[in-house]
Amino acid sequence: MDLGPYLLLASLEGAVMASVLALTAVGLSLVFGVMRVVNIAHGEFYMLGAVIAWYVAHWMGGHPALGFAVALVVAPLLVGLLAAAADMTILKRVEYDPERTIVATIGLLYIIQQLTLMGYGPEARPVEPPFNARLAIPWLEFKDGALAMYWPWGLSTTSYKLAVIGAAAVVLVGVWLMMTRTRIGLVMRATQADREMALAFGIPVERVYAIVFGIGAGLAALAAVLIVPIQQAHYLMGAEPLLLAFIVVIIGGLGSLPGTVVAAIFIGLSDGIISVFFSPTLAKILATLLVGLVLVFRPQGLFGTRST
Amino acid sequence: MSGARKIILLHGGLLVLLFVLQFVLPAYHHGNLARIMVLASYAIGYNILFGYTGLLSLGHALFFAAGMYGMGLSIEHLGASPATAMVAGIVVGALVSVVLGLLALRTVGVAFMIVTLMFAQAGYLTALYFVDWTRGDEGFVIQQAQRILWGIDLSDATNRYFAAYGLFAACLLISLWLVRHPFGKTLIAIRENEERVRMLGYDIWAHKLAAVVISGTISAAAGAAYGLLFGYVGASFAAVPHSILPLLYVLLGGAGTVLGPFIGTLFMFYLIDLSSGITTAHMLIAGVALVLLTLFAPQGLVGELRRRVWKWLP
Repeated sequence: MDLGPYLLLASLEGAVMASVLALTAVGLSLVFGVMRVVNIAHGEFYMLGAVIAWYVAHWMGGHPALGFAVALVVAPLLVGLLAAAADMTILKRVEYDPERTIVATIGLLYIIQQLTLMGYGPEARPVEPPFNARLAIPWLEFKDGALAMYWPWGLSTTSYKLAVIGAAAVVLVGVWLMMTRTRIGLVMRATQADREMALAFGIPVERVYAIVFGIGAGLAALAAVLIVPIQQAHYLMGAEPLLLAFIVVIIGGLGSLPGTVVAAIFIGLSDGIISVFFSPTLAKILATLLVGLVLVFRPQGLFGTRST
Repeated sequence: MSGARKIILLHGGLLVLLFVLQFVLPAYHHGNLARIMVLASYAIGYNILFGYTGLLSLGHALFFAAGMYGMGLSIEHLGASPATAMVAGIVVGALVSVVLGLLALRTVGVAFMIVTLMFAQAGYLTALYFVDWTRGDEGFVIQQAQRILWGIDLSDATNRYFAAYGLFAACLLISLWLVRHPFGKTLIAIRENEERVRMLGYDIWAHKLAAVVISGTISAAAGAAYGLLFGYVGASFAAVPHSILPLLYVLLGGAGTVLGPFIGTLFMFYLIDLSSGITTAHMLIAGVALVLLTLFAPQGLVGELRRRVWKWLP
């Protein structure tokens, strides 16, 4: 098999990762954009989503699609409520001071991780995908002076992976519509633009903050529910998406939603491709170094307009 | 009594107490205290940047690990003596902190935290990547035979205690001297009001860079000593949680106080040590401690003491 099919396969894997990453990172970016809060516990909200999805699927039994569908609703909701509660009990009380919120969310990270370890255990547990047909992917070949289609051996993906990409795209469009077309989006943007002025116009800024924090965490949980049928739920699974989401948010420009999505696609695809052809560790070293350097030389990110 | 004399009495008293404790403590706590003193040195290094200069770094494990690997690799692959290896570790740490300082100080605030976190993560991944040299996650042991310095076996409990004591005393005195020196006072002024210090004609950037390098070098010395005294070098010391540890120690003890890092390390170490008899949930305790601290005692133990009783504490 030559290079082309491999590249296609790597890009497909990368696209699945990019879509999950985009959801996680948009959650992080939303929280940063509106609240100016760097949420270190974001990865743990992601992990909680996966763990709750396992519990739901486990308790429901029956056809895998049933448990999965319920998890898709329940996990983001529960995680969102938990995050909103954490916002109201902790972040509000430290007055969103940048350093203290970072320390507090680090504390939150440890608490969630340890409680999950104690309740759920150290095992990685799979969730069955609702549907999982194998789809062979065709490739073009130059044969007898003309292009002909053929099906290289082993080059296939699953219907579930394609569905993940589609679902992420739908949710992202939904978030975009919410931000630009609805009243709550308008209120959020107003709060983002000028907190004092929003307060003066009677916007309940504290409630908006709790809602935004909840939505951000819920998006991470949703991304995790989508990924568990591929990756399994584990109590330490939050660290990697947190770091990657950071990378994406920074490269895309802190608080810029379109930038976040573009950066997620870029990072997801390049990570997928570099991981296939070189080593995953090398891919991550390059990505982290790149982020550090982007921030150093262009603190506002690629699409950002404001400096932080 | 004048403030200066009180300060000398208090810090000198602590050093004398730690020296005497060596002859009194049972073996278990004796070993613990040696470890606490090395970790407290790491926290002292961290405190210079975070507590006194007001720069929150989330990547100090990079410096700790630079010292540790600089020391460990030169013993393992170059057959260096412990003294040479120790110097190598400190030099590597200083170089890494100059490079990181030059890059990271171009950013401020949240970006600074993330930049330090990212470079530290790149360092951690690098340690994992060069498996042939570093043995990755597994790490490598420094044999007892390689830890004999001028005929003194550093793996022996008493010698180890004195080596840790020497490092800690040096770091404590450097930090005490630094914050009472005009240079240290400028750092505190930068923490309080950067614009005003700039207006007064100080070179903010040079002061911050110096703070990063001093802080990083002390942390690297602690890392090198940790590897040498406890005979193990591993990638977990470069990972993110190990960057958060000194932050926790310093916050608990009191950021911007000379004794805070030691008190915080001592307190946290024994909190985890004692609670591990009851539960294995170390992280839960650390997490709850962090949240409670940010909510109720943002000044830390020594910080609260200074606020309420001893106003003269440096």
